[in-house]
Parts: sequence; structure tokens; C-alpha cells
Amino acid sequence: MYTSQSALFQLRNVSKIFRSKDLEVRAVDDISLDIFQGEIFGIIGMSGAGKSTLVRTLNRLEDVTSGQVIFDGQVLGDLSGKELRLVRRSMAMIFQGFNLLTQKTVLANVMLPMKIAHVPRDEQKERALQMLKVVGLESKASAWPAQLSGGQRQRVAIARALAMNPKVLLCDEATSALDPKITEEILSLLRDINKKMNLTIVIITHEMSVVERICDRVAIISEGRLAEIGSVKEIFTSPKTEAAKHLILPAEKELNQFDITDRRCIRIVFDGREASEPLIANLVEATGEKVNILCANTKSVGGVGFGQMIVELPKENEAVERVLKYIREKGVNFHEVHLEEVKGV
Amino acid sequence: MTETIWKMIGSGVIETLQMTVVSTVLAYLAGLPLGVLLVVTGKGHILQNRVVNAILGTVMNIVRSVPFLILLVVLVPFTRLVTGSSIGTTATIVPLTVGTIPIVARMVESSLKEVPPGIIEAAESMGASPASVIFRFIIPEAMPSLLLGGAINLATVLGYSAMAGCIGGGGLGAIALNYGWYRYQTDVLLVTVIILVLIVQIFQEAGTILAAKKRHS
Repeated sequence: MYTSQSALFQLRNVSKIFRSKDLEVRAVDDISLDIFQGEIFGIIGMSGAGKSTLVRTLNRLEDVTSGQVIFDGQVLGDLSGKELRLVRRSMAMIFQGFNLLTQKTVLANVMLPMKIAHVPRDEQKERALQMLKVVGLESKASAWPAQLSGGQRQRVAIARALAMNPKVLLCDEATSALDPKITEEILSLLRDINKKMNLTIVIITHEMSVVERICDRVAIISEGRLAEIGSVKEIFTSPKTEAAKHLILPAEKELNQFDITDRRCIRIVFDGREASEPLIANLVEATGEKVNILCANTKSVGGVGFGQMIVELPKENEAVERVLKYIREKGVNFHEVHLEEVKGV
Repeated sequence: MTETIWKMIGSGVIETLQMTVVSTVLAYLAGLPLGVLLVVTGKGHILQNRVVNAILGTVMNIVRSVPFLILLVVLVPFTRLVTGSSIGTTATIVPLTVGTIPIVARMVESSLKEVPPGIIEAAESMGASPASVIFRFIIPEAMPSLLLGGAINLATVLGYSAMAGCIGGGGLGAIALNYGWYRYQTDVLLVTVIILVLIVQIFQEAGTILAAKKRHS
């Protein structure tokens, strides 16, 4: 968790335009945001939203077309090649494809960043073994990457990333190639590292579950623009933009099976506190009106259990009012769902 | 076949090996850096430079497209300048090397291009300098493929060295030509060809084994 609010990254009107012969793609369009020291910051968006380009501007693997990326007080665009290389040693990156060297052992892979930085050899080895211990793979030091599973390879990549004691870890879809169980393991490892080393982590993902699981704050990117930014809890409970709603609403394609065009539906969100009370049962008892639960699920957001439910309201307007009044009185967060919104997911 | 001829074949083997190995090593000394340059100056690569890339690529293609036999003749004055003679084993090394450089460069280029772009991106994200990216990431990662390419190049140079027999070069090629062909000694022709085939086999096998031993993926 972040305690101080000092910004490690400051993005000011960052745009990246890719130009080819007669095509111009605004991959990143006028994005301004701050990433604070010590937080886990999520950047989420559909594929092609520009989030991967955005993360590449953070270590200048991608030069910005306009605007500024300020890291730790330095404007990255102003740095010379040599200065940039030095700054990059304090910002590590892990990737969807792990990007380990297949012709080097696990230990040699972890030693690489230190080799580049001309760290004394004994120290390289000692620190590499230490980092392998952090990720729980000290026994695999002399193995070849090809002998490891996907999850293990990403752990090695994390050990390699931590070797130079960076100020930030950039994760570009780092769990997208892994199955849910392994994803969970990698995410809790990242969480641990964030807490123990007070390391700022930036996570790029297209999966809301990743953001819910470990991020403190999240930025939602849609068509290259910043749609919404805030604490995960805030955005999860009351998404304001269409882009946010698309990502957060469960992808119930099944909803299309229901003919709900003539009925009104609401999405109810409860946090752990309210979930302990049987809202729907009480509602039916208190109002005498029947509601139809179309779908429901629970998620853990930042350690708090959240439940959400899509409920079909009665036909008559009076009955609808009675139901909504009851829910409002209970102080439960809800908003009306439109069919297009759901179908668009 | 007389004992003299066997002796001659024996020294022919040694001459052939000398020509092949020395030329290949020399060609790699020039071709390896040129191949690296071809890759890293390419579009979107770490040292992108259109002019250098285009000039280099064109020169390599021109030299490569000249038939080796013609190159041998064209290079005679140059060979004489370097070695003081235009015939014999040592003299043959000059055109062999020149002709092999572009082949090596292209072979190295294709091996290095097999390295996934993600590896280079990872290297850059670590703050690796262009030299580090090349020597610590790209070349080690391409090593098995480079070794395999090396074996293929050795075999190619061996084939070229036999051609040198036409213009007074030494080695097995010259023996096969002068005795086997011009003097109708079919047995000599047969023996030299068999030896050449064997040498190529050995080079190729050694390269394959070495590459497989080195490969960890």
C-alpha cells in the first residue's frame, strides 16, 4: 500500500502517434496521470486500447510524440542515450513472453542486468541467488529456462527484474500467458514484493480480476485516452464511464438469452459489510414485490469481498419505485443497467 | 594407383584443409561483424541506419552473385598484390576469403534475426548499451544457429577450394582435375571425390553435434 503521495511517475499530456504511409494511429492520446511511490498501479483496457504503448513510454522504449514523462523528477525525453540507460537500471520490466535467454542458465539470466551494470562478479552471483530465493526458485539456479514451467519462468523474470534493486517494476501483461492458479501465485508474489521492498509496481492488463486482486489504483484506457482513474474500490463500486462499466460488468453473454427489453434491470453492488445481510430476501419480505436475479457473483477487491448482482425489476412502475426505495434506504449502491451496455461486453 | 599419387593425395588433403579452414576463419573475422552490422542497422533495430544498411546489403549481394570461378580470375591482380603470387595454396586463400565474406555475413544475419525481438526489448529495458545488446544478448542467444551456419559455410568453402584447381590452386580439387579428368585416371577422380565427400560429412556432423550440445531450448 502507498503511504506517501509523492509521485514516482508524472505523465503530462502524453501522446504517441504511429504514422505509416497514409494511416495515422493515435495509440496514446493526451494522457496525464501520476503514479505514486509505493503503490500498485493498474492500467487496464481492451486489447488495442494503447495500454502497452503507454507502459513503453514509461521507460522510453517508446518515444512520446508530444507531452512529457517525468520519472523521479527527470524528464525522460530530455535524457541522452547514456543517461537513459542509467535511469533504466532503476526501472525493471517483465513481459507476457518472459523474454528469458534460452541459451543461459537461470542464474546467468538473473545475473545479466548486473553484468550490464558492471557489478563485481562475486556480488552478481550472491545477489542473483538471493533474488532467486525471494521468488522461491533457488533450487533451479543451474536449470535452463526450457526446463521450467511458464509460472517458474515468470518468477525467474521477476528475480532478474529485482536484481538491480529498481524503483519501479513495470509488468506488461505479465500474467496473461498463465493459467488462473499460476496467475494467482504470481500476483501474490508481486503483492509480497510490493509490501516488503516498498517497490512501486505498474501492471498492464486486460483482465479486471488482476486489478481487483492486487492494485491500489487503476487507470482505465479506452481508444488511447484515459477514461477513468481512481482507487480500485471507487471505480469498482461506481464506474462512471462506459469503458469502465464494460470492463467491470461481468461478461454475462447469457443475459442476451433473456428478453429484458421491456423490463428494467439494476446492478447492485455490495461490499463485505452489506453482503452479510440477506438483502433480496428482506426486500421481498418488506415490499412484497418479486425480483428476478439474472446473475450474481462475488469478487475480492483490495481484500474486501464485493458482491454484484443484476436484478430484473417488476413490470409495474409503482412496484419498481417501491423496490428502488427499499434498496436506497438500505444504503446499497446500485445503478440501472441497459441492455446495450451488457451486450456490448 | 602408384605410391606417388597416394602421397600427392595425402598432401592434397592437407592443402585443402588449410585452404578451407584458413579462408573460413578469415571470412568470419570480416563476415561476423558485417552480419551483425546488417542486423543492427536494419529497420527498427538498435542502431537503425538506412544508408549503411542499404550500401552493405547491396555490396554483399553483388559479391555473392559473381560466380566463384569468375571471382577467382577477377581477383588475380589483388591476390598477386597480397601474396606475391596468383597460384598455389596460399594464393587461393585470398579469393576464397573474399568470396566467402558475403556468404558468412548473410548467414550470420539470418541466425541473428532468429532471436525474438522480446529478448532485445528486455535487454533495452535493463539499460543495456548497443554493445551489450549484441554481445550479451543477441550473439549468445543465436549461438547454436551460428555454429550450424559455420558448418555449412565450411562445406561451401571446401567446394569452392576445389574450383581453385582450375587456375593453379592446390589441394584435392587440383588433383581431381589434373589427374582424374585431364589424364583420364578415373580411380584418382573417384578417390579424391570420396575424400571430399567424407570431409564435408565430418564438418557437417561436427557442426550439428556442437550446435545440438549448445542448444538448450
